Amino acid sequence: MVEADRHPNIEILTYTDVKEVEGEAGDFKVTLIKRPRYIVEENCTGCTTCMEYCPVLVPDPYNQGLCFSKAAHIYFSLAVPLITYIDEECLFLKEDKCRICESVCDNNAIDLTQRPERIELNVGAIVLSTGFEIFDPKVRGDFGYGRFKNVITSLDFERYLSSTGPSGGEIIRPSDGKHPKRIAWIQCVGSRQVLEGGNSYCSAVCCTYTQKHVLLAKEHDPDLDITVFHNDIRAYGKDFERYFERANSLPKVRFIRSYVSAGREIPETNNVTIRYSTPTEGVKEEEFDMVVLSVGLCPPKDAKELAEKFGIELESHGFCKTNLENPVETSKKGVFVTGAFQGPIDIPESVFGASAASAKCGELLNYRRGKLVEEKKYPEEIDVKGKEPRIGVFVCHCGANIGRVVNVPEVVEYVKTLPYVVHAQEQLFSCTTNSAKEITDMIKEKNLNRVVVAACSPRTLEPLFMETLKEAGLNQYLLEMTNIREHCSWVHSQEKEAATQKAKDIVRKAVARVAALEPLKEFELPVDKRALVIGGGIAGMTCALSIANQGHEVYLLEKEKELGGIARRLHYTLEGLDVQKFLKDLIQKVYKHPLIHVYTGAEITEVSGYVGNFVTKANTDRGAVEIKHGAAVIAIGSEEYKPKEYLYGENENVLTQLELEELIAKKDEKVTNAQTVVMIQCVGCRNEERNYCSRVCCSHAIKNALKLKEINPDMDIYILFRDMRTYGFKEDFYREAADKEVRFIRYEPPENVPQVREEGGVIKVTVKDPILDMDLEIDTDLLILSAAAIPSKDAEKIALLYKVPLNEDGFFKEAHVKLRPVDFATEGVYLCGTAHYPKHINEVINQAHGAAGRVLTLLSQDVVTASGSVAEVDVDKCMGCGACVEACAYGAIQLVTIKGAKKAQVNPVLCKGDGLCNAKCPTGAIQLKHYTDEEIIREIDSLLLEEAVEEEKKVAAGGK
Amino acid sequence: MAGVSRLQYPPDIRLIRVMCSGRVDLGFILRAFYNGADGVFIIGCRIGECNYTTQGNIHALNMVSLCKRIMEFLGINPERLMIEFMSSAEGIRFARVVTDFTKKIREIGPIGEAEGIGKEELKKKFRDVIGLIPYIKSSMKEKLLKMLDNIEEYESLYTKEEIENLLTNIPSYYIDPEKCQACGTCRRRCPAKAIDGDKNKIHIIDQDKCIKCGTCYEVCPPKFRAVKKLIGEPIPPPIPEEQRIVQRRKVAG
Repeated sequence: MVEADRHPNIEILTYTDVKEVEGEAGDFKVTLIKRPRYIVEENCTGCTTCMEYCPVLVPDPYNQGLCFSKAAHIYFSLAVPLITYIDEECLFLKEDKCRICESVCDNNAIDLTQRPERIELNVGAIVLSTGFEIFDPKVRGDFGYGRFKNVITSLDFERYLSSTGPSGGEIIRPSDGKHPKRIAWIQCVGSRQVLEGGNSYCSAVCCTYTQKHVLLAKEHDPDLDITVFHNDIRAYGKDFERYFERANSLPKVRFIRSYVSAGREIPETNNVTIRYSTPTEGVKEEEFDMVVLSVGLCPPKDAKELAEKFGIELESHGFCKTNLENPVETSKKGVFVTGAFQGPIDIPESVFGASAASAKCGELLNYRRGKLVEEKKYPEEIDVKGKEPRIGVFVCHCGANIGRVVNVPEVVEYVKTLPYVVHAQEQLFSCTTNSAKEITDMIKEKNLNRVVVAACSPRTLEPLFMETLKEAGLNQYLLEMTNIREHCSWVHSQEKEAATQKAKDIVRKAVARVAALEPLKEFELPVDKRALVIGGGIAGMTCALSIANQGHEVYLLEKEKELGGIARRLHYTLEGLDVQKFLKDLIQKVYKHPLIHVYTGAEITEVSGYVGNFVTKANTDRGAVEIKHGAAVIAIGSEEYKPKEYLYGENENVLTQLELEELIAKKDEKVTNAQTVVMIQCVGCRNEERNYCSRVCCSHAIKNALKLKEINPDMDIYILFRDMRTYGFKEDFYREAADKEVRFIRYEPPENVPQVREEGGVIKVTVKDPILDMDLEIDTDLLILSAAAIPSKDAEKIALLYKVPLNEDGFFKEAHVKLRPVDFATEGVYLCGTAHYPKHINEVINQAHGAAGRVLTLLSQDVVTASGSVAEVDVDKCMGCGACVEACAYGAIQLVTIKGAKKAQVNPVLCKGDGLCNAKCPTGAIQLKHYTDEEIIREIDSLLLEEAVEEEKKVAAGGK
Repeated sequence: MAGVSRLQYPPDIRLIRVMCSGRVDLGFILRAFYNGADGVFIIGCRIGECNYTTQGNIHALNMVSLCKRIMEFLGINPERLMIEFMSSAEGIRFARVVTDFTKKIREIGPIGEAEGIGKEELKKKFRDVIGLIPYIKSSMKEKLLKMLDNIEEYESLYTKEEIENLLTNIPSYYIDPEKCQACGTCRRRCPAKAIDGDKNKIHIIDQDKCIKCGTCYEVCPPKFRAVKKLIGEPIPPPIPEEQRIVQRRKVAG
């Protein structure tokens, strides 16, 4: 949010409604109504004095009304902009009284005469990211919600867990404020039901968020008894299966598969009873201190009005209707949709979609790219050379994340005694806009020339604080961000004193280091405007087309003789896309595009270079090629597992889902004549060897089952499954299959696994039916295995060539699951499609556009800036031994002859800053800047030698 | 991940961030022990999963095996130094390994005390060996750069005898005043600026500054051969200032 707020090309209008939209793609006229917030935005500093004095209590909307806020308040602690607004409950607005806020505000920021303001904008494209509405169990009073005090929703619970929540991060019961000891979660509240007031679809996120709640709750109180009543566990996302296992394996945590009904509230205790069924003991009633309803996602409340205003259509559940061929396209050209208005999706997918929408806007508006760009300007850099360090230290509470464990004021007092520290203070959230301003203000006010921020992991926020320094005119390398959250408060939460001591040590170390830091210059490298896409499946082609449509040349490499990838074996989707037709169109578009160069039969042999300037060599059907490109996209897809189990390869009537689909498409007699078909799910995954869910197989099985029913409605189809993971709208098709009498039988390893044998040419499948509690033996004509999607054989090779990582399961590992889901940590290399993780075609298309959006962010720049943290040689100290040259894997160092002596020389552009050379150098002649021997030795000394610090204090005092 | 997952581990560990475990210098480890650290723990990426492509983790492993031998030579329990390879996703393993290592170090006891070495003696031992780092690194250059196929082989890359020999028979460099022609080559090339001299003035090596890299020995013109490498011999004292004027001699031939 802060980053978006700081971007010179993004203007954020909060508290604003869209009134009217006219025009068409490329030229929309949008009329907005900015609601009065009764605050002059330019004057408000977010000091919250008005909030302090405001006499009107209103239920805090951000905290689900679980606690009170004031009529004059800031929406939430990380809000952008971080300024107050005045609620309509204000006494003056209602009754023309009070006006206290006006008199206490020192900045003349209160304006109670504000009126709605009409704003007209001219835009080329519109992105709808309106989000979702949470299911409200109050309407039907689900499970006593609204009547029983201790029945709350998952969002209420989320607020209780939060340090900025109604209880400051304590889990408490609404009835008496006590810590509950037994909590139950009820899944699928409002979802997966066709009853009046419910939603037929699966909300797709609740299983995993509940597991998150369980993990966090157990961390708050390891003694908690937790019970989760669930239907299927839908852990279908990347790494979700392991996450579920982690939650499930905690002590005193039970996951119970059962439908439940709410019993009663016990008047004396306000405890709630729940009735559920058990396989052995029949229906049981159990008492809980608190019950959390895992409520689902609904379309935005004003979806219908939105549809009218924007001229878009809605789908049957009331979400935005999207193009089957592209989930960010609405029915109106130039209006795109991202996030949960597309339907219930989780954060990584919302982020793919967001990036995809930006790519689609880019395609639409490419002809006038760069016309309105504003460049960010920084003040001139202050020269700190030869100046004594003046260090400012900012210690973050992170709400209560740090402050609850580490005694932050004590750390601040201690820091003030350290050498060269001229300013130290605490901050509630150092990452907010006003905290950043506080830092820049302090730099100016106290002439700080070094800054320490002690907060969370630098991996996420270091760039933000570097930026803050730049804005204050300090070189960004004069920052040391040190981690007292992940490295301290979160991991020593039970040992407050030791954690406070450790935090002091950590900050002392940072102070010692920052004093020695040098300002560094970053390099600007030109960007080659061309892109390389590896993999000619749907992901690669879609991505290539989007990049090319935005005016950049694309080289598309495919290892096979033809484009298409695994989609060549797919014929239809659940939602009704004709895959072969779509694929044919796509291939044609790719071949016809003047900016796309296709190379089939390609095998990459060598990759060199770096962001903006890669060189990839490959042998292809058109001979050996050398391609220069600025960005690379890895879209090499995945493969279908070749089962070793269930007679696959031994009996010709045992097939995989993909093989079945091909036979269905061909109307093969094997299929048309079949009377009985058995499908077994989770073949080759969700096991020890591949501990992940392949995500697509449940829907794939349903899809094929429905097709078989079309061919022969009387066909007996059995699907042997573990959890049906037909998430989102796919749930409707699951129901349709059940209605058409496809029989679903749950099996649960290790005790209950289907047995398959062949007897006299007949395939016999035995499985225990848990509902009937008896073994079923099915003679089947076809046995269809839902085989896992597994990483491409070439994944390891490609990973090595482009220096990008794979995860434990062999899929490519993105830079950050949520924040950078299509990027790699290696700059200039991006990811999409099933190489990332198995996914459906519409998801692949979404992500492919997402990757294209990211590529454009790079390729639309003329230069990229390379780090200043590179190796440098002190020629006098260099003995020319060449150890560094041999250690460097990038060929960034060479020996040159200077005045008759051999000396090492670094090419800073090739240097990646790993510092191997530095560790090998006998004399310390080669130093990795920002991680020099001196800087690190100072850290070691400061941690271990209190004397070293004392000594320096004296020196510093003498120098003052 | 340990942090994000709120996995608890003992608060005895302090972390120092480097961009690659291969950046960890022999000097850093020795410095930490010199400062009284009871244990040093290096964490690198999993073998074969280098975040760069440099296999810096293997370089670190190599250096650790050398350092362990040096510690043995000094009479310090080499178990005080540990290296592990894990990915940032392995929070659970990180917490476990840190907990185990902390426990192990507690069992071993405080450095020096457990080994029966007095505080001052311990400091001296480490100070001396830190002074020898340039010598150790340049003598072991080939081995330090060695990439072995099997990571278990690093354990035996350095032998006890080899390190004993390395740290017992330490060479000193000495300029024979009879032979020095004050050409200045060694002085210019000395990376430690340890050679004093001038035009027509016999060069002297400041033994306190000398890092024993042998550059002077190698660059002294063959026609002079003035720099001597002395092992196990006492170094003659520098000649007095007034006698340092070069006596020009005719080079034979």
